[in-house]
Amino acid sequence: MVEVMSDKPVSEYAIRVYLADHERSDKAVEHHIPPRIRALRRSALERFCALGFPSAKREEWRFTNVAPLANTPFHLARQAGAGHLPPGALDKAGVKGLGARRLVFLNGRYDTRLSSPGEMPAGVRIGSLMANLAHADPQAEGRLGESAPWHDHSFVALNTAFIGDGAFIHVPRGVVIEEPILLIFISIAAEHAVVSHPRNLIIAERESQVCVVESYYGPSGETYFTNAVTEIFAGEGARVGHYKLQREGDRAWHMATVGIRQERDSACEAHSAAFGAGFSRNDVTAVLGGAGCSAVLNGLTMISGSQFADNHTRIDHAQPRCESQELYKGIFDERARGVFNGRIIVRQDAQKTSAMQTNKNLLLTGTAMVNTNPQLEIFADDVKCSHGATVGRIDDEHIFYLRARGISFDEARSIMTYAFANDVIRRIKPAPLRVLCEQIVLAVQDVPADFIVTEEK
Amino acid sequence: MQDKSTVKQLANQEYKYGFVTDIEADAIPKGLNEDVIRMISERKNEPDFMLEWRLNAYRHWITMTEPKWANVKYPPIDYQDICYYSAPKAHGQGPRSLDEVDPQLIAVYEKLGIPLRERELLAGVAVDAVFDSVSVATTFREKLSELGIIFCPFSEAVLNQPDLVKQYLGSVVPYTDNYFASLNSAVFSDGSFCYVPKGVRCPMELSTYFRINAAKTGQFERTLIIAGEGSYVSYLEGCTAPMRDENQLHAAVVELVARTNATIKYSTVQNWYPGSKDGKGGIYNFVTKRGKCQGANSKISWTQVETGSAITWKYPGCILLGDNSVGEFYSVAMTNNYQQADTGTKMIHMGKNTRSTIVSKGISAGFGQNTYRGAVKVLRRAEGARNFSQCDSLLIGDRCGAHTFPYIETQNSSGVVEHEASTSRIGEDQLFYCQQRGLSREDAVNMIVNGFCKEVFRELPMEFAVEAQKLLGISLEGSVG
Repeated sequence: MVEVMSDKPVSEYAIRVYLADHERSDKAVEHHIPPRIRALRRSALERFCALGFPSAKREEWRFTNVAPLANTPFHLARQAGAGHLPPGALDKAGVKGLGARRLVFLNGRYDTRLSSPGEMPAGVRIGSLMANLAHADPQAEGRLGESAPWHDHSFVALNTAFIGDGAFIHVPRGVVIEEPILLIFISIAAEHAVVSHPRNLIIAERESQVCVVESYYGPSGETYFTNAVTEIFAGEGARVGHYKLQREGDRAWHMATVGIRQERDSACEAHSAAFGAGFSRNDVTAVLGGAGCSAVLNGLTMISGSQFADNHTRIDHAQPRCESQELYKGIFDERARGVFNGRIIVRQDAQKTSAMQTNKNLLLTGTAMVNTNPQLEIFADDVKCSHGATVGRIDDEHIFYLRARGISFDEARSIMTYAFANDVIRRIKPAPLRVLCEQIVLAVQDVPADFIVTEEK
Repeated sequence: MQDKSTVKQLANQEYKYGFVTDIEADAIPKGLNEDVIRMISERKNEPDFMLEWRLNAYRHWITMTEPKWANVKYPPIDYQDICYYSAPKAHGQGPRSLDEVDPQLIAVYEKLGIPLRERELLAGVAVDAVFDSVSVATTFREKLSELGIIFCPFSEAVLNQPDLVKQYLGSVVPYTDNYFASLNSAVFSDGSFCYVPKGVRCPMELSTYFRINAAKTGQFERTLIIAGEGSYVSYLEGCTAPMRDENQLHAAVVELVARTNATIKYSTVQNWYPGSKDGKGGIYNFVTKRGKCQGANSKISWTQVETGSAITWKYPGCILLGDNSVGEFYSVAMTNNYQQADTGTKMIHMGKNTRSTIVSKGISAGFGQNTYRGAVKVLRRAEGARNFSQCDSLLIGDRCGAHTFPYIETQNSSGVVEHEASTSRIGEDQLFYCQQRGLSREDAVNMIVNGFCKEVFRELPMEFAVEAQKLLGISLEGSVG
């Protein structure tokens, strides 16, 4: 039995459940996954045990308390079928207008019947990671674990230990897939707390183009845990768009890490829109590993009640002439609490780097709270880097301006909140997703739907 | 390039305050234990409460571990290899007036450019000079005492004003605060004490000059400034040390207390020996400075120019307790060669409508590493708090680093907190523009850097602003070419 280290005592029972589940799942996948991945799963489990659950003493988790998560025994979620889905759940979990290419995952496992990957150009693979691993796809096998930080992130290690299913998207050289690929992850309530570990792998070869939308959805009032990891590889000159929409249930724990590795002249965008979950933590790391890369990181968090949301981003400018732009905004209502930590590293000799980072937070009530740490670490001199962070409430002057024009206080407040959020939303490229995010913000703010300001294109 | 050689010359300009003075020193053996602390306390004829406080601090210190979170690297410090007390041997009793001070000591300060006598007469600056561990002379004391201002060495304050010391010592930086503050509390030797009574506006700048002279000694001074209701005081602090190959430790504590409507302005020009070009030797400057705006409408303003020290670890902060109180922090931190600086501020908003401003300018050249680390906390009760922070970094050379780690924690939505940071180097186009107008490359760089730091320099009192500008020029000019 492996000893679990932790900065704080955690319930041994919870850990035993993970270990027992791992043993069981290891037997189950024995004949389906290649030996390298099995070995990776084992080393990741060892790593998880060595790291333990992070305590507030660790800088990366200073304001994020995972003790209740560490103390809850989460059983590995069972395979579920379409029959287990509550009525209408699939529509609610999806994005209206997107769906020509759709992969559906129930409890982290690919559901063939509900999915429709669509017609694929020659050489393109869009499907289940498990199936591709079983068919010994060398691409799927070779890249797993390379861009996700499983060595120093407990939950990525835990996910890696349970690598099983998730989406696998491989776009060969020069192929352009215009239609966004929609990945829907639905958690289904069970009699006890369950966990799923979806693992996605997106490989865009040289000069290819692909856009992926991940949507996470789950039932309200249920305690469950989604621990997702997505790895993205962008080859030379590739264009990758990644969107993550999180609408988990109000008592859910949502941990997600997106690891991006870029080669020369590639351009990646990673967007995150977080509305749900009782607790959510979103890590995005981008390594600009070739000259001339560009990376765009955008995020919108809008939570209320006693929700908690933590966004951690890390952009590593490892090579010269790269550009990164980051905009994260948070809206916190009632007793909601938010954390932002954005780190930009410019390595020695990564000259001509341009890196801009902005984090803006809106506190709608006196009881909402936010901690923000934008960080710059710069080791090269010919660079232009800036970061900015603000925390504030809606300007009284703005409210006065609207009220002087006959708009009620509540409506004025909603309009200003919507305007604040819209700055991020309008950067979302797939129109159906943009509209959906706008609608969510409007609905929460009680703004009439006809208020939508259509952007001139 | 032709300018490169001039540039090099300037860059290699040596630390001109690096002389050693042969003065008979009264030092105690190296090492640290309770007996050493008792010995220090005994030498200073301290009352029992002081010794007890020191011992409590020491007992707490031994339970602590050295902090590792700062973005600086240095070999482990052997705390037993440091001499914790060194005083120029006094002729009998301590000096009663300036005339009694060892003429050799006065000469040292002349060499440093702090003419005690002249300042007294001409500049009208009251100076308290601290040499190694003890305060050697305080000028202008009589004139100040007419107004009721107490400005004296800390050790005298302990003897003459025990009630004030008892009341305020550790009230802002308790001996349990952090590793270096605890160490200082246990072994602090001297420093300045200043009390400005209610309603008095201190008519002159008060100033302390610190100097480490003896080898293998650490300097642990402690400054306590109390500004009574409605008073005003401006305080300057300067530091130098001789050149030595080994690293020397400097762990100071500064506590400021501002009562209702009081204003304290604290300026520092820190020019400890930065180590040689290859990063050998230099001072480890681990300092805890904190001010408490205790009363309503009080104000504390920190201005610092940090050009020296091998390692700087310093976060002058303000606790904004009183309603409408104001905290300010203006800083220029310069690292060249192998210097490392991890510096910034902490603004804790507790009262209503409290305001804070942070302007930090970091300049890195050579292999220097410069980190801004700041915290702005708005606590739940702090209605209407306002903070503005601006951190700019200038990089000169491609082997140096500039890092920014601000922490913003807001628990009250009625406040507005803004943070901005930028990093850039001196643009070729800017240099070209200046050179085209007949300025040498050197002058152009100097001008741009001075412009970059202007916001901070203009907060410094006159005498210091000139000194700071010169210092910066010396440490910088070689780095561009």
